[in-house]
Amino acid sequence: MEPQPELPARLAHDLDGSFEELVLAHQRLVYGLALRVVAVPADAEEVAQDTFERAYHALAGYEAERVAAMRLRPWLAQIALNLARNRLRRRPPPARPLEDGDGQAMAVAAPAASQPDQLAERRQERELLVELLAGLPRGWREAVVLRHVEGLPYAEVAEVLGRPVGTVKTHVHRGVRQLRATLEAREERTRR
Amino acid sequence: MNRNGTNDHDHDHDLDRLEGGWRELADGLHGLRADPPPTLAPAVLERVGLADAFVTVDGPAGPLLVAYNGRGISATAPGGEEAGFAERFQARFRRPLRPAGQPPARLADQVERLLTPGRRGTRPRYDLRGTTEFERAVLAKAQEIPRGQVRPYAWVAGELGQPAAVRAVGAALGRNPVPVLIPCHRVVGSDGRLTGYAWGVPYKRALLAAEGADPDELERLARRGTRFFGSDTTRIYCYPTCAHARRVTDAHRLTFTGAAQAAAAGYRPCRVCRPPALAG
Repeated sequence: MEPQPELPARLAHDLDGSFEELVLAHQRLVYGLALRVVAVPADAEEVAQDTFERAYHALAGYEAERVAAMRLRPWLAQIALNLARNRLRRRPPPARPLEDGDGQAMAVAAPAASQPDQLAERRQERELLVELLAGLPRGWREAVVLRHVEGLPYAEVAEVLGRPVGTVKTHVHRGVRQLRATLEAREERTRR
Repeated sequence: MNRNGTNDHDHDHDLDRLEGGWRELADGLHGLRADPPPTLAPAVLERVGLADAFVTVDGPAGPLLVAYNGRGISATAPGGEEAGFAERFQARFRRPLRPAGQPPARLADQVERLLTPGRRGTRPRYDLRGTTEFERAVLAKAQEIPRGQVRPYAWVAGELGQPAAVRAVGAALGRNPVPVLIPCHRVVGSDGRLTGYAWGVPYKRALLAAEGADPDELERLARRGTRFFGSDTTRIYCYPTCAHARRVTDAHRLTFTGAAQAAAAGYRPCRVCRPPALAG
């Protein structure tokens, strides 16, 4: 599952010589995951830095055999997710639709006018999706992000979230279904 | 990492079960993957000490280049030698070094406090990887010498309980990765002369002068063979730059050429600057 299966072995043998490779191989996942949780790019970058710093010191302290046997991707994702959650707890997110009482996403207003520019339209779709995703209950959102945004297999998603695979699949399914329902309802509104 | 890897198979399997609109949604979600900023990886490497940045600060004897990483300050060099500094740095530490616009606020504050007379504060942290335990002990001892004062190599060796290791002390100080900040310039020849400095003796003299020492006077004492000052009121002898020696008025000050002479005169060594008790 690792991008380069032998990286853990090399980290175990020469942490300083291989650590940059670990950063380059996993920075997209770590940063992307942090961004979907904390929403602010500057905060996500700090969370990502903290994640790798923590990983470095952890690897430096582990026995070589333990490092060589590590599954780096779910491990890093778990650190990133924990740090991002902590950061979110310390700083309330900026005003954006989150959840109302029963965990349902609040309605998102349709954009005022459709732009002829296709790029702008794509950007709008993207922003809308980011917003809808942010509106999902946390458990669903994290499962959807790991599975569908970052593309992790269910086994790793389950490992990162510390839940059984079946539960994770249910959360992903419910999350996606709610996103879909909100999108459809929105399309209905714009058509009318 | 999972564009064409095994995960995409898993991914596609999911999508196959989704009708048109669902697939679009899944594609949209996957499209939310964000690229990390280009600053991320270099910042991580600096924080864990696998790369360094450097800034120029006001030093006591002109601009000072200060390299640092997340573990602490790793190297210094005289200002104006940026190119040579980067080259020597990479040759010695095998890590990339980049110029930084602004030093981290805490580091800048600690360096300023360290270099400003009368200001106290936490000492900066140093990254002394690559030095031996003995070298670190020598550097720690050099940091005990107060500003504007000097001690001979033999004093450092004696303090470390290795009186024969005078040359090794000199070599360790010569390998000080952070001159000026760790004050190896406050260690002088065992005869008191201002010898040996990686950046040249004039630089050493300038640093000592900036700290309120008188390099010419120190050289004069060395030439005359004066090792210690004694006070005929306290009957204590000190290194000439010890704060206690400097408080003794001319009328009450004696000079000694060695510990044996001082001992013969019935003087005892100062407990602050700790000159040798007998042969020295």
